[in-house]
Amino acid sequence: MSMNVGDELPGLSVHVTRDQLVRYAGASLDFNPIHWNERFATEVGLPNVIAHGMLTMALGGRMISDWLGDPGRVVEYGVRFTRPVVVPDDAEGALVEFTGKIGEVRDDGTARVDITAKFDGKTVLGKAQAVVRVA
Amino acid sequence: MPLDPSFIGRTYPPTSTYEVSRAKIAEFADAIGDDSPLYRDPAAAEAAGYPDVIAPPTFLTIINLASINAIVADPELGLDYSRMVHGDQRFTHHRPVRAGDELRLTTHIDDIFVRAGNDFLSVHADVETVDGEPVCTTYAQLVVRGE
Repeated sequence: MSMNVGDELPGLSVHVTRDQLVRYAGASLDFNPIHWNERFATEVGLPNVIAHGMLTMALGGRMISDWLGDPGRVVEYGVRFTRPVVVPDDAEGALVEFTGKIGEVRDDGTARVDITAKFDGKTVLGKAQAVVRVA
Repeated sequence: MPLDPSFIGRTYPPTSTYEVSRAKIAEFADAIGDDSPLYRDPAAAEAAGYPDVIAPPTFLTIINLASINAIVADPELGLDYSRMVHGDQRFTHHRPVRAGDELRLTTHIDDIFVRAGNDFLSVHADVETVDGEPVCTTYAQLVVRGE
């Protein structure tokens, strides 16, 4: 697989729904009620139920591993959680759009991928970067 | 009340062993909508050079968050859990996590500081097999929003 600085990955758009939040809560064992209980979320000052930051991170990881074909080639992956993804109680959910671009190709056979994640026109992840094995 | 900085440098040894199962990997992959066969089909994983199905890059959040929650529950640390948010998260994989791994996790408090009225807590965790093989190092920053 050839990688060059500036190459763009196929993007990924995901409608994050309440259903997915419940599934993710069970799968990840993160049962914080801000991710499924509207009454609780609004009581602690949130606009509504919000997605797990780790779910948004995992979806960004999915874009990378879809592109690589082999998720085992992701050697490092880090993000900063800058804004919440607010998930309404409807069939559409919250649209989160991911893009990725190669920021650096290194001598050690790895490359750095810079990721953006947008919800409602604003970025929700900061400094989102993955280091992947090129081959 | 600010966090107690004397906790910097504290290490929390493993309290249990986590056995990674094919079923949990598939459940996690389903939850993030990732249909890669390497998460589900041992033959596909073997063809890609792995001894068994591998886990998504953020799978270890399952045990990582649990260990962080155990630390922040210590009343002496002085952390108000209801005001805590996850600031950042990073995984450095020494090799992919795979089904059959028996993992243990040692967590370290790297830093505690106050900035702009918020408390910050930086931790990292070494994840290794019960045989001592390094699998992953996780890094997290937690933020306790000021009053």
